[in-house]
Amino acid sequence: MRHIISLLMENEAGALSRVAGLFSARGYNIESLTVAPTEDPSLSRMTIVTRGSDVVIEQITKQLNKLVDIVKLADITEGKHIERELMLIKVRVADKELRAELKRLTDIFGGRIVDVSESTYIVELTGSGDKHDAFIAAIDPAAIIETVRSGSTGIARGEKSLQIN
Amino acid sequence: MQLSGAEIIVQFLKDEGVEYVFGYPGGSVLHIYDALFQQEAVRHILVRHEQGATHAADGYARSTGKPGVVMVTSGPGATNAITGIATAYMDSIPMVVITGQVPTAYIGSDAFQEVDAVGISRPCVKHNFLVKDVKDLAMTLKKAFYIATTGRPGPVVVDVPKNVTDPKIKIPYDYPATVSMRSYNPTVKGHPGQIKRAVDLLLGAKRPMIYSGGGVILSGAHAELTQMTRELGYPITNTLMGLGAYPATDKQFIGMLGMHGTYEANMAMHDCDVLFAVGARFDDRVTGDTKLFCPHAKIIHIDIDPASISKTVRVDLPIVGDVKHVLDDMYKEIKASKRKPDAAALQAWWKQIGEWQSKDCLRFDRNSPLIKPQGVIEKLYEVTGGDAYVTSDVGQHQMWAAQFYKFDKPLRWINSGGLGTMGFGLPAALGVQLAHPDATVACVTGEASIQMCIQELSTAMQYNLPVKIVNLNNRYMGMVRQWQEFFYESRYSQSYVEALPDFVKLAESYGHVGMRIDKPGDVEAALKEAFALKDRLVFMDFITDQKENVYPMIAAGKAHNQMHLPSERELA
Repeated sequence: MRHIISLLMENEAGALSRVAGLFSARGYNIESLTVAPTEDPSLSRMTIVTRGSDVVIEQITKQLNKLVDIVKLADITEGKHIERELMLIKVRVADKELRAELKRLTDIFGGRIVDVSESTYIVELTGSGDKHDAFIAAIDPAAIIETVRSGSTGIARGEKSLQIN
Repeated sequence: MQLSGAEIIVQFLKDEGVEYVFGYPGGSVLHIYDALFQQEAVRHILVRHEQGATHAADGYARSTGKPGVVMVTSGPGATNAITGIATAYMDSIPMVVITGQVPTAYIGSDAFQEVDAVGISRPCVKHNFLVKDVKDLAMTLKKAFYIATTGRPGPVVVDVPKNVTDPKIKIPYDYPATVSMRSYNPTVKGHPGQIKRAVDLLLGAKRPMIYSGGGVILSGAHAELTQMTRELGYPITNTLMGLGAYPATDKQFIGMLGMHGTYEANMAMHDCDVLFAVGARFDDRVTGDTKLFCPHAKIIHIDIDPASISKTVRVDLPIVGDVKHVLDDMYKEIKASKRKPDAAALQAWWKQIGEWQSKDCLRFDRNSPLIKPQGVIEKLYEVTGGDAYVTSDVGQHQMWAAQFYKFDKPLRWINSGGLGTMGFGLPAALGVQLAHPDATVACVTGEASIQMCIQELSTAMQYNLPVKIVNLNNRYMGMVRQWQEFFYESRYSQSYVEALPDFVKLAESYGHVGMRIDKPGDVEAALKEAFALKDRLVFMDFITDQKENVYPMIAAGKAHNQMHLPSERELA
């Protein structure tokens, strides 16, 4: 099962490597990992997408909680949540027809063209990983010059939140 | 008080009540060593290798319950300390290790004796710190001691760059008496609902079994465990790390469990209907095949570390909390309950256990013309009145010591259980002897293990530490040889040591007393003579039966009811 673990940790040197080290030392999967400071500069928020059986996920959350730098943690896939990933994709668009087609496709997927050169477009897309996969599948692989994906971040819906009291 | 970083470290250790620092000087810690030199409250014990410093601090910690403190220099000082740090980590021993570091401006430049100590130690510490500003030094040290000694204890490394200890830069210092961390709050009290349910399950048992581990010793809960076990009248087994938490000479104690545990303890584990796990972590050497582990039992598990619960074996009733608090609460609940243990069922259960005990699984050939290692430990137990602190190295001798020395008190059995570190025994014994100057301290070892930290014989001389070394010398790495005999058709690959030192002369050259004993009839007299030499380190080299094996044995990955017992041939 795919899980999104969201956590708050002390914004200190080495905190990220403790998390990354834990996953490699204990043989857990990391699909993606994102981290950035929060509105409170002493805290960083990390989102980890991982896969494993219920037993493995239970161990992952317990072992993460055990790290001294980690203040709070939640498996947001346990409840209703919103998941987003940013993708930037650079595509070769040699002629008018291809440009028009990519523009249409971008509109359908709710993306934006954020850079234009004589022969390339850069499309910005926000959404779930599935949506990005579908976008990539819809264009000619030979036309793709470069893709950059941020990894998923997520947040629980409604009143639920991850914050320190 | 205006102090430099170096002075802050020393003053802090004094304020924290640290008696001994085990260490070895070097470039990056010279400022600190200069500050140590100018005071007498904190005593520095100079070892001969940084691994010895960590093991000695570890022995001090295990025998007192107080944190062991280590100081080493950067680079090789730090890397040499890693084995001892990992040893402490695996057995949850409180330890604070101060490592010197190159000046902050040099970090990352591959400077002389630079190593990323925080990075290298990360997987084997409870936590670690790099102090970049002298203003953070005192509070970081406080956090280090707090983290090392609370919750599930463990080693904490504090990496201090040389410029942070600069004697010319003085800042105000106040001892930080307290510390609070929003990200670290171990659970101490158990959940009352879970405790009620656990007591109910426990009192309803027909074939109960208490399985207690090192957590009981770390928590100082031996009295609570003993009180409750006696109240219930249930059989109890201890893990290797838990020996001494319940008196081994008591009739309810049915021996250690696990790979080299007793027949009765392992069979009772297999057949029990309620297993009460107290401060034990279901290690693979204890459980064997987890799919076949306690197949008929509902399992209750008390542990202060939530991550230990259901890690290898799913438990039915977890209680997160400090064993001492939880056992105390459970005892009150048992006393208040109208339910009593099922006397009839218990009687039948003890009858069954008695039948298993009658197998006499620890028997060995007492008429052999060769010295039997088990016999040496039996005599050691008698000669020391069962009241010695016993450290061990790792291998067959460790198992025999665990099986044949009946520990009635906690904090007396000092061994590397989790990591299995050869070389641990001698330096650990030095730490124990320093902590308990008037106590009898024995180091049970083998000729292979002892050579891994033998240089500490020199430390023992310098500080006049009269430990007694019981070297069970079978000229083999005994446990390796045993596995090769059982599982590799007796191909003894690299387990025979062709060139051994004359341990008597070796001991003498370090200034100690050496003895060589090669006849069974001389064992007792030699031990008596050695232990009578109160002020001297005595190295007793017992030339033992080369082919003796440790029994019972459960092969790795087998179940508790699949034990090898000594064959009649071997007993003949």
